[in-house]
Amino acid sequence: MPDPTALAARRGPAARRGSPMAPPRSFLWARRVFLTLLTGFVLVPVYVMVSSSLKPLADVSGSFRWLPSGLTIRPYIDIWSTVPLAKYFVNSLIVAGAATVCSVVIAVFAAYAVSRHTFRGRRVFTVTVLSTQMFPGILFLLPLFLLYVNIGNATGIALFGSRGGLILTYLTFSLPFSIWMLIGYFDSVPRDLDEAALVDGCGPLGALFRIVVPAAVPGIVAVAVYAFMTAWGEVLFASVMTNDTTRTLAVGLQGYSTLNDVYWNQIMAASLVVSVPVVAGFLLLQRYLVAGLTAGAVK
Amino acid sequence: MTTTTARPAVREEPPGAAPAGAGRRTGRLRRIGLPYLLLLPALVLELLVHLVPMAIGIVMSFKQLTQFHIRDWGAAPWSGLDNYKVSVDFDAPVGEALLHSFFVTVAFTLLSVGLCWLIGTAAAVFMQDAFRGRGLLRTLFLVPYALPVYTAVITWVFMFQRDNGLINHVLHDQLHLTDEPSFWLIGDNSFWALLIVSVWKGWPFAFLIVMAGLQNIPGELYEAAALDGAGMWQQIRRITLPSLRPVNQVLVLVLFLWTFNDFNTPYVMFGKAAPEAADLISVHIYQSSFVTWNFGTGSAMSVLLLLFLLVVTGVHLAVTSRGRRTADA
Repeated sequence: MPDPTALAARRGPAARRGSPMAPPRSFLWARRVFLTLLTGFVLVPVYVMVSSSLKPLADVSGSFRWLPSGLTIRPYIDIWSTVPLAKYFVNSLIVAGAATVCSVVIAVFAAYAVSRHTFRGRRVFTVTVLSTQMFPGILFLLPLFLLYVNIGNATGIALFGSRGGLILTYLTFSLPFSIWMLIGYFDSVPRDLDEAALVDGCGPLGALFRIVVPAAVPGIVAVAVYAFMTAWGEVLFASVMTNDTTRTLAVGLQGYSTLNDVYWNQIMAASLVVSVPVVAGFLLLQRYLVAGLTAGAVK
Repeated sequence: MTTTTARPAVREEPPGAAPAGAGRRTGRLRRIGLPYLLLLPALVLELLVHLVPMAIGIVMSFKQLTQFHIRDWGAAPWSGLDNYKVSVDFDAPVGEALLHSFFVTVAFTLLSVGLCWLIGTAAAVFMQDAFRGRGLLRTLFLVPYALPVYTAVITWVFMFQRDNGLINHVLHDQLHLTDEPSFWLIGDNSFWALLIVSVWKGWPFAFLIVMAGLQNIPGELYEAAALDGAGMWQQIRRITLPSLRPVNQVLVLVLFLWTFNDFNTPYVMFGKAAPEAADLISVHIYQSSFVTWNFGTGSAMSVLLLLFLLVVTGVHLAVTSRGRRTADA
């Protein structure tokens, strides 16, 4: 079940509908029309982003043109000097990377506890964790800000304005969904496997790391992708909780468009540069995500 | 490890009922303590970042918290229910604006969730069978979801520009549908612009979840239906859609909560002051707190929003679980 290649095989051409007859024409036409329109809808902004990033300034300041009057890579050079993009980039990488690693590790422990152990308060825990999904971010933005400032004043640990504070915040954003998804995923790993490991003398943690985690790699990868994307794309807390040295891309790019609205080609180039790491990573790992969701969240 | 030969507790057992053979005290202690130890980091962080701030937020909603008291908010005077009274006094400007923002958000959320669900489900069902190029299309369809919110929204903002954007170029210059190039980011059009961006960004999530849900439908169901002579459309209506019901119930709820609370999209699109037609509640509250520096009222509004979401979630869960029970019976 958890093996993505097995899933891929199951999705093979003959796998799904037992029907020997070909789909009717109405279905084929509906599918063709719908998927064509949808592809257009999805692709147009992507095309605008890519093509505009290669246009000279005159092309993006005047009336929109589908085709550039000439191609230039100038915007890709200028973006690094117009705003300190490299600095924002590094900040985002550190924050999102650290938040992802911590979030995944913590979620693995918590999900293992819920999936494999009975204890008082188990249900309260899962319900509470899930219900945090419904909190409006705006409700705890200011209290969290005050809390970080107060902790900083009391202990000297600078949370407000630092990368550490942002990492802490982001990793809890992805935690509820990650735990929830991993519980489902761990439940689908046969219990006999880790019981056998326990019999063989592994401790509970040995069983977790030698048996459950390797069997749940797709789910864990899916959770990591989700956590990284959450941290990379968040705007609200990043705009309040960072300063000039810790600013992340989410805020940095905003500065771009308000600095001078005219340089649309640079804004598009910067957007593309910022998107490439996440989009590439996501698309490479998407089969894990589907497999992880199938076994975990959707069951 | 002396105790590990005992079977780990199985779900159905009542808490604390140790299985036979786990008599040794240390082992028992460890087994009871272990789950809590494993949960500790998650618990501490959830408390620190979600639950404690939320409690503080609720306390703040009962205080008269303006810029004069922000340095030492604990010393701000209590104001009882004043903040709530101001928020729900729909005849006064503050309450009226909040109510307006609430209705805008409800309309926006219903449309956005409906469209995301519809497009995502249709795409997943149409792509259930293999055809040439399916893998490529699936990858392509996930791009809007994979893009960071702000880059996606910035690109749309560029497309919605009045003078140099793609939308007006197509509608006005190429199709001549409008006499004048329209404004998309201010005025009434901004609602539709926001909706389009939200759907563009959100539908792939529905697609992803439904696609995963489809894989849990046993193939035998389709085989049986085909033997009974059910055509493709009938199979979709009789098997695919009913089988997806549990997935949809969760999906719609999650989409609803995310869309209702969405801050990133409107904030990147319109900045701190959203046009009235697209004044979503998160940005409205943000503006009420940070622009006017009235954090007490802002907190009261957030608490009201949370209460509303709690009620909606509760009703949704009650209705869907009852539906499930009758289905089981």
